[in-house]
Amino acid sequence: MILVNGKEVGYEDGMTVKRLLEKLNYTFPMIIVRVNGKLVSKEEWETFVIPPDAKVQALHQIAGG
Amino acid sequence: MTISVEDVRTSRKVLAEMDYTPAKIDKGYAGQSLYVNLSEARIEPKTVTQEMKDIFTGGKGFGLRYLWQAVTPDTKWNDPENEIVISAGPIGGITQYPGSGKSLVVTLSPTTGSVIDSNVGGYFGPYLKFSGWDALELQGKSDKDVVLYIDGDKGKVTLEEIELETGASHLISEVLTEAFAESEEDKQHISVVSTGSGADNTLIGMLNFSWYDPRRQVVRMKQAGRGGIGTVFRDKKLKALVVRFSGLTGKNNNPADFGKIQRAGVKIHREINKFDDVQCRMRQVGTANLMTVMNDYDLLPVMNFKYGSHPEGKKISTEVFISKFTQNVYDGCWYGCSMSCCKAVDGFELKTGPFKGEKVVVDGPEYENAAALGSNWGIFDPDFIIEANFYCDTYGIDTISTGTMVAFIMECYEKGILNKEITGGLELNFGNKEAAMELLHQLGQGKGFGKIAGLAIRRMKKVFAEEYGADSNFLQDIGMEAKGLEYSEYLSKESLAQQGGFGLANKGPQHDEAWLIFMDMVNNQIPTFEDKAEALHYFPMFRTWFGLQGLCKLPWNDIEPEGNKQLEEANKVPEHVQNYVDIYNGVTGKNIDKEELIRQSERVYNFQRVFNLRLGFGRREHDRVPYRSQGPVTAEEYESRQERYDGQLKELGFDIEGMSTEDKMKVMRKHREDMYEKLIDAVYLRRGWTNDGVPKLETLKALGIDFPEVVDVVKKHL
Ligand code: SF4
Repeated sequence: MILVNGKEVGYEDGMTVKRLLEKLNYTFPMIIVRVNGKLVSKEEWETFVIPPDAKVQALHQIAGG
Repeated sequence: MTISVEDVRTSRKVLAEMDYTPAKIDKGYAGQSLYVNLSEARIEPKTVTQEMKDIFTGGKGFGLRYLWQAVTPDTKWNDPENEIVISAGPIGGITQYPGSGKSLVVTLSPTTGSVIDSNVGGYFGPYLKFSGWDALELQGKSDKDVVLYIDGDKGKVTLEEIELETGASHLISEVLTEAFAESEEDKQHISVVSTGSGADNTLIGMLNFSWYDPRRQVVRMKQAGRGGIGTVFRDKKLKALVVRFSGLTGKNNNPADFGKIQRAGVKIHREINKFDDVQCRMRQVGTANLMTVMNDYDLLPVMNFKYGSHPEGKKISTEVFISKFTQNVYDGCWYGCSMSCCKAVDGFELKTGPFKGEKVVVDGPEYENAAALGSNWGIFDPDFIIEANFYCDTYGIDTISTGTMVAFIMECYEKGILNKEITGGLELNFGNKEAAMELLHQLGQGKGFGKIAGLAIRRMKKVFAEEYGADSNFLQDIGMEAKGLEYSEYLSKESLAQQGGFGLANKGPQHDEAWLIFMDMVNNQIPTFEDKAEALHYFPMFRTWFGLQGLCKLPWNDIEPEGNKQLEEANKVPEHVQNYVDIYNGVTGKNIDKEELIRQSERVYNFQRVFNLRLGFGRREHDRVPYRSQGPVTAEEYESRQERYDGQLKELGFDIEGMSTEDKMKVMRKHREDMYEKLIDAVYLRRGWTNDGVPKLETLKALGIDFPEVVDVVKKHL
């Protein structure tokens, strides 16, 4: 189990940031990802493996339609 | 429906005129407003006082102040005292920073009965100011159709009778642009405000503000859509407003510190150039970039806001609209807007209605229009949406209200509240394109069931209950209006903060005050009531500021500067906030900071709340919302997202084993409605209002808007 934006999400072995965002259907183009407080740049999403029990922030950077 | 330029030119008959020397703009202000009384055919200049500038800043602030002075607590939208006020703010008209050419329009609304304001592009506002007028006040009612012409080059204002035998706004704009331009090149110096036959026939008429697009060689239009401003315009027998100004230089505002404005502009132009293609793609697809996103996040209104997504959503996705929009053309609605999001479809052949078979240029559709005229009707056909968008615009009816109210009608039809007998044979099921398009034509032409539909949701609910025996509680739940205004096109069910963003908005549920869905529902950044209340203070105040200045909101947060993501308050886009402080100081020579920026808005925002009170609204009971905006009204809605809703109930400690859907819906409703009340308590507290939503005297005093007439209104409610 990991926490994404404070909510529990099922963990998968070897789960990358890219996979997590796909799983949550987070398709918005302006997302900031932090894993255990550390910023993970967009270029690293495909390779960065999220550790089990991690706290992830996937912050959608928009305050308005 | 054709009208010739020659006919227009020869039929011009001047009813009143005024010669004037255009004021030299000083640090963003002309210092004068233009007052026109249509009943008396009287045209007069008015001095803009220092108090106006200090307290009300400009734009919407000026509109509210003038309107307050013009009306009494008993004035109705169709009384002659009601005014339409149009004003750009002090920053309005600069060409160095994107999104700086907006006009703000204020009037008493036919659908809400209170104050409505709308922020619209096109060249009218800046040209009006550079012609010497900070605002235009239109009062009274003419007894015949009239056109007001402001020639900023010659220093002449005329009120004229002109034969314009058409109810098609795009033709009115085109023909007046040609008739008033002195040459082909001069067309760019003309802007027309007009509406169409739908504004004569419905309460949801809007205004089109034009500009001439020299690359396409056509007149383009942006809409002041919300709340029936076009209906007021036609009630005054205004056919059009025309302004002409040819002296645009980029320094017409005579700013105090041009370099400051330029530096901020260069920075953001670079950002747009560098990042737009990987961020929102505003230059490629405009706000329709949200179509796919909203469908993916269950936020796209589908079938009268029942659902937030649909498998067929991909047929009207962002990519589909990219393929429809003509690319690589500058699409700014004011000079210098490098975000240039006003996309258009060129050479679109219409399949229905009075212009069937003609090829036209269609502005948009923007996200709101595509959701309103598509998914919310259960229609997933981009060509249908483009055609419906064209007709809404040329009939002069608000796309958002049209979308939301036809969606309401469709649900009533499916529930058996309406039938073919009542609708004159129209089978208004969700997804029925032919019937929906026919209803749109009926709205625009004042025919058939369109006459009832054109009353908008609040009045329709009454008719359906009283005449067709519908359950008024159910209509209240599914009729997506609050304060008498139809909801704009986002699903707020899963975001309490956004429920407040819609419900607490001064003019009614339009998203321009606050859009907090991602911060709240997805990011979980504002978990407590206090957090939400803080967001529902800051963002509405910050966004109000655009309306005081003549600015567009989009370049604030639809482009993100490098490094923004590292910042604590990334959602506020702090670097862009500083840009706004700089361009304001650069234009006006003042020295405000970001706190004073918010105070400027607070003054006008609270004044508007008191204005609502003065007209008999503006209290807690008026901030109530339909339950469809808060949660599932019907079993089909609940069951379509059962896992989510069941999970939420379990988290709240309910033992749902053995509970029926109806029982679950009941407890969920109680919980959600309680949460909304608690949210309102927290927001009122944060805003310095009483528990009934009335601004406290100390709040008014601290803001310097404790004028005797304002205090008198408030005292009655304390
Ligand atoms: S961002 Fe779009 S709507 Fe705003 S001013 Fe620019 S072109 Fe117009």
